[in-house]
Amino acid sequence: MSNLKKLVIEPLRKTNPVTVLVLGICSCLAVTAQLKPALVMGASVTIVTALSNLIISLLRKGIPSRIRIIVQLVVVATLVIMIDQFLKAFAYEVSKQLSVYVGLIITNCIIMGRLEAFALSHGPGESFLDGLGNGFGYSLILIIVAFFRELLGSGTLLGYQVIPQSFYEAGYQNNGLIILPPMALIVVGIIIWIQRTRNPEMQENNQN
Amino acid sequence: MEYFNLFIKSVFVDNMIFAYFLGMCSYLAVSKTVKTSAGLGLAVTFVLVVTVPVNYLINKYLLSPGALAWISPRFATVDLSFLTYILFIAIIAAIVQILEMIIETFTPSLYSALGIFLPLIAVNCAILGCSLFMQERAFSNVGEAAVFGLGSGIGWLLAIVAIAAIREKLRYSKIPKALQGVGISFIITGLMGIAFMAFMGIKL
Repeated sequence: MSNLKKLVIEPLRKTNPVTVLVLGICSCLAVTAQLKPALVMGASVTIVTALSNLIISLLRKGIPSRIRIIVQLVVVATLVIMIDQFLKAFAYEVSKQLSVYVGLIITNCIIMGRLEAFALSHGPGESFLDGLGNGFGYSLILIIVAFFRELLGSGTLLGYQVIPQSFYEAGYQNNGLIILPPMALIVVGIIIWIQRTRNPEMQENNQN
Repeated sequence: MEYFNLFIKSVFVDNMIFAYFLGMCSYLAVSKTVKTSAGLGLAVTFVLVVTVPVNYLINKYLLSPGALAWISPRFATVDLSFLTYILFIAIIAAIVQILEMIIETFTPSLYSALGIFLPLIAVNCAILGCSLFMQERAFSNVGEAAVFGLGSGIGWLLAIVAIAAIREKLRYSKIPKALQGVGISFIITGLMGIAFMAFMGIKL
């Protein structure tokens, strides 16, 4: 049991897909200017990772290894189309904000990475939990980055005003710079810095 | 002139890496030396120039609402746009495979330079992203789509060669232990992105 639990908990910290394995950065940064799209994106990626891990794990004995990439792409693309249609139907505003990044879940390296590294060699139950864990790890970073960017950039969280009006009257101003795309990279860089200072065994030696 | 404008815009203003973060994974993983990163950049440019126009034609004559009207007027109400993702990714995977075979047969020297990178490219988000942006922006003809693909590819090449050059120099500098490797690459990319924002709003 503790082994199964580890599959879900580990990716949150020790083997976080974003900050430690450096996978799935592309979509991670573009959707984090506000908290709401980041939450939706995190949920979508978690669902796709978990379900595609489950499906590929069920099929793994039947897939010839030469064409496994195509099979994986088809499974993932089908799941992403379902998510995309669902978002268009029930959360149109957010789906417009996410624009092409929903489609780009297909080429998100976390999903392909987990399929290759885990689902092809483990049973369905374990694979499902592993996908869930990695999805949560990804969402966690997304939420942290989006939290700081929305708080400092617009003074709101999920669209609600958080920084009181009296601060603005006293001369406080929103930091417009942090809304711009490049700042997301710097925020992730700082998260990695803090995480590796606290866990020295993760530091890289000076090979760059 | 319009083509030139579009080209400059997609290289500098709408740079795949600095403005949209597409292809970040391979950008961070393969940017350790200038030589290999230039190889990967060339391969990406090459694949983009081929896949974006092909996907443009697919989108125009198969996927967009009412696109099937050229077969017979009865199909005019068919909307296949929900198949976009699966068709685009299949086309990209197929083209990458075909390109690999063509290059291997006709120019072995180019194959030895690009070969190892080609299979990686099918799952590079820059390729699929570029096709999806092409669909979103609704270009008016196939030439524009090709120029957009070329410009985005060159922009990506420029970015990866620049970071590789910086990382080669970084090896000799003192960086806090916890920031070495990935951390500092993120921050440098962020700073480069801010520099690239200076191109915003340029019109020729």
